[in-house]
Amino acid sequence: MGPGCVSAPDPVTTIDLAETSLRDLNQKLHQAERGSFRVLNPRGAHAVACGIDADISVEIHGSVGYYCAGMHQKGSVYVDGNASTGLAENIMSGTVRISGSATMSAGATGHGGLVVIEGNAGARCGISMKGVDIVVGGNVGHMSAFMAQAGNLVVLGDAGSDLGDSIYEANLYVRGEVASLGADAICKDMRPEHVRTLAGLLEAAGMEADPNDFRRYGTARGLYNFHIDDVNAEVARRAG
Amino acid sequence: MCGIVGLFLKTERFQPRLGELTASMLHEMRDRGPDSAGFAIYDRGQAGMTRITVLAEGQRPDWGRTAADLETVLDAEVSVRPIRDHAVLETAGDGGRARQWLIDNSPEVDVLSYGSQIEIYKAVGDPDLVAINYDLRSRSGTHALAHTRMATESAVTTNGSHPFATGANTCLVHNGSLSNYNWLRTRLERQGEIFQTENDSEVAAGYLAWRLREGDSIKEALERALVGLDGFFTFAIGIEDGFAILRDPIACKPAIVAETDDWVAMSSEYRAITHLPDSSHATVWEPAPGVIYTWARAA
Repeated sequence: MGPGCVSAPDPVTTIDLAETSLRDLNQKLHQAERGSFRVLNPRGAHAVACGIDADISVEIHGSVGYYCAGMHQKGSVYVDGNASTGLAENIMSGTVRISGSATMSAGATGHGGLVVIEGNAGARCGISMKGVDIVVGGNVGHMSAFMAQAGNLVVLGDAGSDLGDSIYEANLYVRGEVASLGADAICKDMRPEHVRTLAGLLEAAGMEADPNDFRRYGTARGLYNFHIDDVNAEVARRAG
Repeated sequence: MCGIVGLFLKTERFQPRLGELTASMLHEMRDRGPDSAGFAIYDRGQAGMTRITVLAEGQRPDWGRTAADLETVLDAEVSVRPIRDHAVLETAGDGGRARQWLIDNSPEVDVLSYGSQIEIYKAVGDPDLVAINYDLRSRSGTHALAHTRMATESAVTTNGSHPFATGANTCLVHNGSLSNYNWLRTRLERQGEIFQTENDSEVAAGYLAWRLREGDSIKEALERALVGLDGFFTFAIGIEDGFAILRDPIACKPAIVAETDDWVAMSSEYRAITHLPDSSHATVWEPAPGVIYTWARAA
């Protein structure tokens, strides 16, 4: 390519799951180093676009089954539809976005990257998250961010019961109501750095919302250490 | 694991295709339960007549003799329609009485269902073969439930297969496991429920049958079930003129629902719904934990 030339956009490769096997699709995505892919007729298949490890872009037209874009790195996956259990589970980097809703355990154990769910997420969204950022346009179900360790969960709607149960670290920003907080989860101050972080996440997710309308929840760090009170209670019990 | 599906037709449009549509859903859930399968079909039936679906696993019993014995007991005619190791006995007599008599007097026979509208079939082996062997595709009707089983805690047997029915026209399919079923079975037996297996899901069916017999609506019965049943469950439930879904409050077991003007479908996984007519325009949602969903046919 000579000086001054502008590289042409990558052609889009279309893969129709009505004609191509899931294994062939995923193999093609694993072999690609760059480029754009359009996937048709997923019909709720599991493990669509799992294990991507290159800067490629994948658009899936239709709803997917379990573990879509699981173990995702570097590239971007967009689902025009809904997703079932384990969307983007264990995501390491890159972006996964869906136009609809996700069922259980979206973004579970994610280490990095960004997961955007334009609709609602079901139970246990962000369970054991370890650094991923998750932005949900609607509501999240019960026990979301259970045992969360790092990262940010942003919810523009409401959160179900036991939000952030047994949370280690991580910030949970909720604009609507929280049905109840889980063990050791508390409401925390929104300091300027949190407003900045949240504004950045909303912008990255393409969601229009005022960061000042959110409340922040996180850990009380009360479960980090064994309470000496509990030992005293045990000693008293044994002394009868 | 196990896979469950339910299809409730809200209008008459797809009633001639009920069996075919249910078979396509069952096929997609094959991976979740390749050990055995079963299905319940509801149709309008014939006024005043009760059908009793019976199974004599691996045998070709003399159903004519069974019918003749039942005629004496019920003081009513009993016709027989055999299908492989199953048979459908039809009578104007008391179906509940027939069930009890068969359980007490024909140990080789399992009574799978009774009622004016329901038939249940179940067998071990590939769910697709079960659908073929018991002619699911050709069936018309109003609603259906089906189940594919992956046995985890008990043997692969026909009588451990779902759906389970103990009361008239009431059955359920279950994904999950109950923990207080032993105690509950004893309690229900004292209330007059008769069980035929050691299965936890049969106890759940018995629980609902008991509550419905006591006059609860299906919604009331399920409200009680949320308190009375301890364990993990996603249930799809069929009654005479309705369909219901319930998940336990923790909701580990999957469920997805899709609804159009013509039908409501429920399944363990979305892919079972994709083959239904107009599914791309259906409203799709995940049933919330501990929330009772019911549909009833307009009178």
